[in-house]
Amino acid sequence: MQRVPVLLFLAWTCFLFFSAIGLFTSGFLLMRVELANRSSCSDPLAASLPGPRAPLGSCWLPRRFPKAVLVIIDALKFEFAQYDPSRREPRPYENKLGFLHQLASLQPLHARLFRFRADPPTTTMQRIKGITTGSLPTFIDAGSNFASYAIQEDNLVWQLAQNGKRVVFMGDDTWDGLFPQAFHRSYFFPSFNVKDLHTVDDGILQHLYETVDGGEWELLIAHFLGVDHCGHKHGPDHPEMAKKLSQMNDMLRSLVDHLANDTLLLVAGDHGMTGTGDHGGDSEEEVNAALFVYSKAQLFQSHPPQEPETVPQVNLVPTLALLLGVPVPYSNIGEVMAELFAAEGGAASSLLAQLEAYSINARQVDRFLHSYSRAAQDISVEKLRRLQDLFSAAVEEHQQLSAQPGAPALPHLEHLRGRFRRYLQEARAVCAESWARFHPARMLAGCALLTSSCVLCYVASRVASGLSFSYRRLLLYPVLWGVVGVALPSLAHLLGWAAADLVLLSSWGAAASQCGFFWHCWAKWPWRSHAASACSPSAGTSLRQRLRASGLDSFVVAEAQVAPFLLASLVLLLVLRLHWEGRLEGGSPPALRLLGLLGVVLACARLSALFRQCREETPCCRSSTLLAPLSSLQDPGAKNSCYLLCLAVLALLAWGVRRWLRHYGNLNSPSAPVLFVRWGFPLLAVCVGGYWAITSGAEEALVKLHAWVQLALVAFPQGIFGLVLVGLLLVLWDPVTVFVRDSREPAEAPIVSPSSQAELQHVIPQLYRRMQQSLKSRLDEAKSGGRATVAAYGLGSVYSAALLICLALLGFLFMTLHSERLSLAFLLLFLEAFALLWMHGFLAGPDGSHPPTPDPFVVPWYALIAWALAAAQFFYATGHQPVFPAIHWNAAFVGFQQGHETNLLPALLVGANTFASHILFAAGCPLLLLWPFVCEMPTASKGKKSKAEPPDREEQMMEMRLREAPEKFSAALLQLGLKYLLVLGVQILACVLAAIILRRHLMVWKVFAPKFLFEALGFMVSSLFLLLGIGLVMRVDCAVSLWFKQLILAQSR
Amino acid sequence: MKETEIKRLLSANVICIFSIIVATVIPSLFLENFSILGTHLTWLCICSASVGTVNIVLYFILKPNPSNRRTSLAHKVARFLRCCVYFFMSCILFHGIIVLYGAPLIESVLETFLFAVLLSTFTTLHCLCLLGPNIHMWLRVFSKNGAMSIWDSSLQITAMCSVVGAWLGAFPIPLDWDRPWQVWPISCSLGATFGYVAGLLIAPLWIYWNRKQLTYKSR
Ligand SMILES: [Zn+2]
Ligand SMILES: [Zn+2]
Repeated sequence: MQRVPVLLFLAWTCFLFFSAIGLFTSGFLLMRVELANRSSCSDPLAASLPGPRAPLGSCWLPRRFPKAVLVIIDALKFEFAQYDPSRREPRPYENKLGFLHQLASLQPLHARLFRFRADPPTTTMQRIKGITTGSLPTFIDAGSNFASYAIQEDNLVWQLAQNGKRVVFMGDDTWDGLFPQAFHRSYFFPSFNVKDLHTVDDGILQHLYETVDGGEWELLIAHFLGVDHCGHKHGPDHPEMAKKLSQMNDMLRSLVDHLANDTLLLVAGDHGMTGTGDHGGDSEEEVNAALFVYSKAQLFQSHPPQEPETVPQVNLVPTLALLLGVPVPYSNIGEVMAELFAAEGGAASSLLAQLEAYSINARQVDRFLHSYSRAAQDISVEKLRRLQDLFSAAVEEHQQLSAQPGAPALPHLEHLRGRFRRYLQEARAVCAESWARFHPARMLAGCALLTSSCVLCYVASRVASGLSFSYRRLLLYPVLWGVVGVALPSLAHLLGWAAADLVLLSSWGAAASQCGFFWHCWAKWPWRSHAASACSPSAGTSLRQRLRASGLDSFVVAEAQVAPFLLASLVLLLVLRLHWEGRLEGGSPPALRLLGLLGVVLACARLSALFRQCREETPCCRSSTLLAPLSSLQDPGAKNSCYLLCLAVLALLAWGVRRWLRHYGNLNSPSAPVLFVRWGFPLLAVCVGGYWAITSGAEEALVKLHAWVQLALVAFPQGIFGLVLVGLLLVLWDPVTVFVRDSREPAEAPIVSPSSQAELQHVIPQLYRRMQQSLKSRLDEAKSGGRATVAAYGLGSVYSAALLICLALLGFLFMTLHSERLSLAFLLLFLEAFALLWMHGFLAGPDGSHPPTPDPFVVPWYALIAWALAAAQFFYATGHQPVFPAIHWNAAFVGFQQGHETNLLPALLVGANTFASHILFAAGCPLLLLWPFVCEMPTASKGKKSKAEPPDREEQMMEMRLREAPEKFSAALLQLGLKYLLVLGVQILACVLAAIILRRHLMVWKVFAPKFLFEALGFMVSSLFLLLGIGLVMRVDCAVSLWFKQLILAQSR
Repeated sequence: MKETEIKRLLSANVICIFSIIVATVIPSLFLENFSILGTHLTWLCICSASVGTVNIVLYFILKPNPSNRRTSLAHKVARFLRCCVYFFMSCILFHGIIVLYGAPLIESVLETFLFAVLLSTFTTLHCLCLLGPNIHMWLRVFSKNGAMSIWDSSLQITAMCSVVGAWLGAFPIPLDWDRPWQVWPISCSLGATFGYVAGLLIAPLWIYWNRKQLTYKSR
């Protein structure tokens, strides 16, 4: 048996997938590092300022306005705010904000309309982040806390609060999540029901004027959602939109009436919308929002240009900060809007004032770029150097100018302003380039690499079924190709010809080694002749449905229901097909058993819906109460019965494994893992039960024993971790769970006592023919009296036994990490997995009831697809959802009440909690190969006592059939691994395709990106544990070989 | 002989389709506010009833499987009662399977049950009419070489098409289009109905197409 090459081949395939996923991720999930630094009044940035001029409550620059009102009208497209009186037949959204036009035309020095360019992604949350931090948020702002969306970076709201200004907010409750507890006063209204046009707006209108008149604020933010929701519901071209915009117009009119003279009014859209009313992407229609500025005091020194100016959205942040006299947020990369800083008294003084603002702005951006380049490497050094040059030149010139006595020449000042602007614009462009753009080339390349990896898996699994699989040609040479593929670009990198990072290098390697594989495969194998289809049409359709399921966002949202639905369909279809082909005799015991198993699978699939968590997108759904910890249950009676039920699950798991081992005769073995099953499992169950008893509410009852409770809260889980670890190590150390009885007495002699006969019925001895033969040949022929036979109990299920013990151990571990009542979900998981295994054993096994499948060493596709579907189903059924707020963070503190020093351990615990079902199903995957062989036994030996036993027994080889053909065994394991990887790979490929196609979709950041992330992580975890599972089988095989050798030596002595 | 049989089958199927159309159109003349989507439960009842009646009437007129034994009245009554029990059991069974497939357990029980009745009408009632209350016969007919007449083949095709239609009808439910027909069980029952109609149309055509290959053993 070839063990190492098989594992190496699988690991190599995993590497191909990983590098493809990594390549795609690097193009799709743009990362940006969040800096924790915050600006403060005392920063030396503004030290060059002449100090005494600053009025009270000003930082960095004297404030121009004591108060400001920021009205955000969600999705206020530029076209909505534009007014063209010459239009004959305005569309529903045109010419509705006449009041803005009126203000701008009557008071051109007081009001002005701008084009407000949003940076993609144009989703509301990212835009709010942009408008308050002055940065370009990406999907993952590294450093942010996944559990909440709260903004960690320095921002306007924080700066205002820090400098003693009161911020009052009303409107969209997204702000509550972003700025928890940050407002002086706030009125939040629910935002997630897109169909509801009026709740938020009406709620704001109720409080708005009153608050404005009350005057207890320095910044008032009102975020109206009606226009955006109207766009999503009806599209912009709809009479409803006209009504909504007219309402906004009226609101602005009355608001201006209420404003004081020293108040600045800003009306802004956070993004635009497409013709269908959606947003999220980077099309011209989505990024074009409107910004309107007005004050009763004079704002501008010059008349507006013909065509409204374009202002990037981040520019609002430094402008507003400096106008209100607070420091600019640390991470801001926006540029001040110069018009608003022009001072009275001629062009020169205007320019000087503007230059002051610019210089502060430039220093702040430069400081940010310095800190950022220290924290992250994603901005290239050359670009940074170029920016640095621009900056120092501009600053130097500015200092020279200020040192100059007398009024400088006007063109000189304008030139300097141009320099500052150029620096700020280039800095923003550089940042945008590295943060806010997808890399389509990388995405496509990653997708292509993923596709070819899937094809490779398919081809390799086909080739692997032939025995002429040459590892040298199909593994060694491709890997060599890959090494060359890595070496060339890295050489180029070292010599400075081209830049390369780790992801790029590994994907080069992967691509090259794939080329190598296909080249050798194509050149040497007539594998096209294996054209006979192994994929049943039913399995094909089922998989395709799953693919389509990840394509549409609603299917992603509803995947928790879709997966069990498809699983049920697949299983039912299999049984019906069996009936259709006439292989199922109605009423016969096997048929009834199959129907029973079908019922179990269907029931488990249905019951698992009880443990589902809800997503935000489905407001009418209610999360299962079973997910909450037991301690939240008020009624003591219900609590106790739930607790007993959970205990029963624990006992059932421990008992089930024991029962299985006893049935197949492994329980008599003196080996360490079996002893662990006998004694360690009950101990584990007791530990888990004790831990649950304490967490579920004994805490209040045992106030006096507080110290002891705290100790137990740590000791129990850590004891469980330790026991599980010990168990796993024991299985690895001595995985042969076989009980040997040397029966040199004549086998024909009646077994002595009835008690031993009863015992014999429990345990199934395996008479290993080959072993017997070899024993016979070695043994002395002179021993004429008795036949030398060795009865080895449990040899036929030795592989499955080791695997099952490990799975049960992992099951205990995962149950500890989940909340108490989810143990019921784990019970369903084990039940369903076993029912699927038995069904598969029935369908594929060399059972007598129907013609067996041609090759028992080939695991059919339908079984693997059902297995993968069940894994997906139980991801949801253990209370998970692929969104960040749904992660069970509590798992990190199981056994570590005080928190952790490092990040590794909590990450492992939370990961184990999240991907529990992936892990169990992936590690249990080899059971699909072993089970048909295990199933061989029971029908033949039970109940038919009249049959001649000895020959029958010799036929019962069970898993030893696999050992008989070591080459086929290793090929079968390789094929199994490749097939499962393919099924998983196709899933992630579907996810990737959906993400590519729908990257402009409204839901891409909320639905697809987290889904992709979870799917990618799930794939990695699954493939890792698949490798471990297969590795364990090989370890058992190794140990069994050794065991045979020792046995033979012992016998021959 | 075969040609005439196929013609008879075709006419019977056309009448069945016609009955569905009638069940959809006629009640709107008598009932106020009747529409498939608005008053879906009423439509389900009327549709099941009319399809059921037409099927039974057709069975008495056409007698596709004439039994040569003369039977007593008591025997006929017993047979009828057994048919009723079987039909009811199949409704329950369908209900259970639908719930296992993810339909709500407690809310909208009536909707689910009426949908089960509709499915039973499309599948079980046909079996009862053609084969009588004889499970073994049913099991035999629904296997690869089990069809013994064109009526059996037609039964196979229509039953399969209705079930597949109902299955496909479940897919639009999670979509967020907010259409009135996405409400449970409208899309499924419509899918089943379309599947049934398609099956009724396909069956004679398919049999006609394959009439050379189809050789039926006599019972
Ligand atoms: Zn928005
Ligand atoms: Zn929106």
